[in-house]
Amino acid sequence: METMSLLMHGFAVALTPESIMFAVIGAILGTLIGALPGLGPANGVAILIPLAFSLGLSPTSSLILLTSVYAGAMYGGRISSILLNIPGDEPAMMTCLDGYPMALKGKAAEALAISAIASFIGSFIATIGLVILAPILSKFALKFGPSEYFALFVLAFATLGGVTGKNQFKTITAAAIGLMISTVGIDISTGVQRYTFNTLELFEGVDFIIAIVGLFAISELFFFLERHAGDGLKQVAINKLKLTARDIINVLPTSIRGGILGFIAGVLPGAGASLGSFISYSLEKKISDKGEFGKGDPRGVAAPESGNNGAASGALVPMLTLGVPGSGTTAVLLAMLISLNISPGPMLFTHNPDLVWGVIAAMFVGNVVLLLLNIPMVGIFVKLLSVPPKYLMPVVTLIASVGIYSVSHSPTDLYFMVAFGVMGYILRKVGIPLVPVILGLLLGPEMEKSLRHALVLSDGDWSVLFNSGLSIGLWTVAILGLILPLIVGPIIRAKMRRSKDSVKDV
Amino acid sequence: MLKKMSLKTVLLSSVVALTAASQAYAFEPARSADCIAPASPGGGWDFTCRSVGKVLVDQGYIKGNVQTINMGGAGGGVAFAHTVSKRDTDENLIVAASTATTTRLAQGQYPGMSTDQVRWVGTLGADYGVIAVAKDSKYTTLTQMMNALKKDPSAVKFAGGSASGGWDHLKVLMTAKEAHVGNLPKIRYLAYGGGSEALVQVVGGHVDAFTGDISEIRGFMQSGDIRVLAVLSEKRLPAPFDTIPTAMEQGISSVAPNWRGFYVPGKASKASYDWWVNTLDELYKTPEWKKVMEKNGLMPFHKSGEDLTKFVNEQTLNIKLLSKDIGLMK
Repeated sequence: METMSLLMHGFAVALTPESIMFAVIGAILGTLIGALPGLGPANGVAILIPLAFSLGLSPTSSLILLTSVYAGAMYGGRISSILLNIPGDEPAMMTCLDGYPMALKGKAAEALAISAIASFIGSFIATIGLVILAPILSKFALKFGPSEYFALFVLAFATLGGVTGKNQFKTITAAAIGLMISTVGIDISTGVQRYTFNTLELFEGVDFIIAIVGLFAISELFFFLERHAGDGLKQVAINKLKLTARDIINVLPTSIRGGILGFIAGVLPGAGASLGSFISYSLEKKISDKGEFGKGDPRGVAAPESGNNGAASGALVPMLTLGVPGSGTTAVLLAMLISLNISPGPMLFTHNPDLVWGVIAAMFVGNVVLLLLNIPMVGIFVKLLSVPPKYLMPVVTLIASVGIYSVSHSPTDLYFMVAFGVMGYILRKVGIPLVPVILGLLLGPEMEKSLRHALVLSDGDWSVLFNSGLSIGLWTVAILGLILPLIVGPIIRAKMRRSKDSVKDV
Repeated sequence: MLKKMSLKTVLLSSVVALTAASQAYAFEPARSADCIAPASPGGGWDFTCRSVGKVLVDQGYIKGNVQTINMGGAGGGVAFAHTVSKRDTDENLIVAASTATTTRLAQGQYPGMSTDQVRWVGTLGADYGVIAVAKDSKYTTLTQMMNALKKDPSAVKFAGGSASGGWDHLKVLMTAKEAHVGNLPKIRYLAYGGGSEALVQVVGGHVDAFTGDISEIRGFMQSGDIRVLAVLSEKRLPAPFDTIPTAMEQGISSVAPNWRGFYVPGKASKASYDWWVNTLDELYKTPEWKKVMEKNGLMPFHKSGEDLTKFVNEQTLNIKLLSKDIGLMK
């Protein structure tokens, strides 16, 4: 019951006009970014972090803004999936399967509305899960000593590629790049300078916010320059919405199952939103009465949408309670928290209850806002899809530069941002994923610290790393996480591709 | 101009008006001043700038506004270098500082920079050091713990929120030195990213003892999860901390205030320096500032002008000697 009163207190924070305003702004911007093909939630949050800095927002407002962007981007991802058969990001891929056929049948509006409702149910269920699970997990977190934390970080890296990951080698390369960059700066355990070349700006290491904005937002600019993509996407006409209460009731059970499955997938390390949407789609297909799956079944839209939104909120659980992100986007949010001088982990719930519960309540509010926005205003978002990037990208770059400069008033940071942009462009060209780089940069120092602390406490005895049931369990999962994708990965991916191919591209 | 200023302040606060009218300075601050917080928003230095800036404006010392500029990097080194090299004569600039600043200066972590390159204005409170253990620890007094260290310097492992050689680490070493513990470099210290992170490890039973500031332990003390062995202050602190014995009471004369204050550029005019010193002296006495201190757990600690400069020089010298002693510096 204590949880309830804390949550009510959170609503008091979330329902102030200021918070609602940021939730609405975040939801709109997030939907927009999510709708643009290729720009997923991680990019969306990365691009908008500088906005929070340049507006000088308080930590609570910044987080409300960014979690709304996150939720909005998950919603937005489905728009281009359904209308254009181009997924905005990976988790939205499954939505193409039945969403696009529905659009072809002239039911685009219904598909969009159903996916909005399913997204809402998925997020709603997962947010309830977050409310229940997070405080429990944060008490459990006291059991984590240095060796358990070290095992947990290894697990985070091992499962990084996720079960659906394509190339373990590239993922590991990316994580190694991140870890290498993270060693720059004064080592806090000994006070020794590493790779600083006596440059004051490098003493505290490379700021990951700069890395994130450079890698994601600035590299996007280079890609845009390369493509000379001056025009927006072609305008798509939308039919008038004819949605009955029965249609909604029909997809309700599917959405609820999808939300729960998605939440579980989100909490588990390495699973993530792609798997959440995939599992819930496959489950529905299996248990359904041989419906019209793949040919425009509304349940085929509802299942992946509730699944990936559920997973998005589920991924917040390990991030908030243990300080270990379960997905790329939560890694970006974690970076934001750290740079606001808020340390996630078990203490977050006792030290910053206003912030945590305010943000959780804001997620409820944000979901309602998104539902309200999405059903009547979907036409406007579709129109916005056709805004030429030539107007959009300069704005993004401007926001990024102003935001980064306002953090520390140092021109050096801007050079670094551009350098990371170039690096991001090159990495993306050779197919190395960016999220592991960020995770390496973010978790590297923590991981190193845990290892050294464990060894100091044991007087240099390495067996301390496996001396508790908890750490052995974590190591086991980590090893499974590294090996399983090599075996199971190709099978699942083949299945995903097969179901995707079965939709005829027209 | 001066007359006009006094008139305005009369309306704002009679106390301030009396003192302001009784003193006349050759220096008059510009409409707005800058306060550099040498870290990103949300930390201690940022708080110092923003809270002092607000009181300066509310009490009418500065008629325009006080702009807080966050300039992180090198634990304050970037801001220090910026002040020395770019704004050495700026009369309308103050820079937030604390024990972390003197520690780094003493240990040469701001390369080529020293305490005499800037002028130290005043402090506005302090956060006192504490040494604490988990509630089920075998240590109940600081003396017991120090005796254990005398037998074996690695018997107790400490966790703190500063880097190795930082203030939290030094507090343990200073205390151990006062208690005549031999072989200080053998004392184990685990550096964490922040006080609360370190505290969780102690409460969770993974590390033996916590070294940090009194403001960091408030929550855990109330919940009864930790036992505070000693506060490193001259006298007992006001309630609710009055139950904690000082190290002095236990026969170990270790005092460790983590002060919060400001320096100004080294070549700013004497008149402007005097103005800032007097202004901070007055500000410290205002009820509004007392409220800020109470709300944020700051304890009384005020030194300014010559007094502070002397204190800073002594503190840096002590830290330098101690750091050499224990092999942190060559």
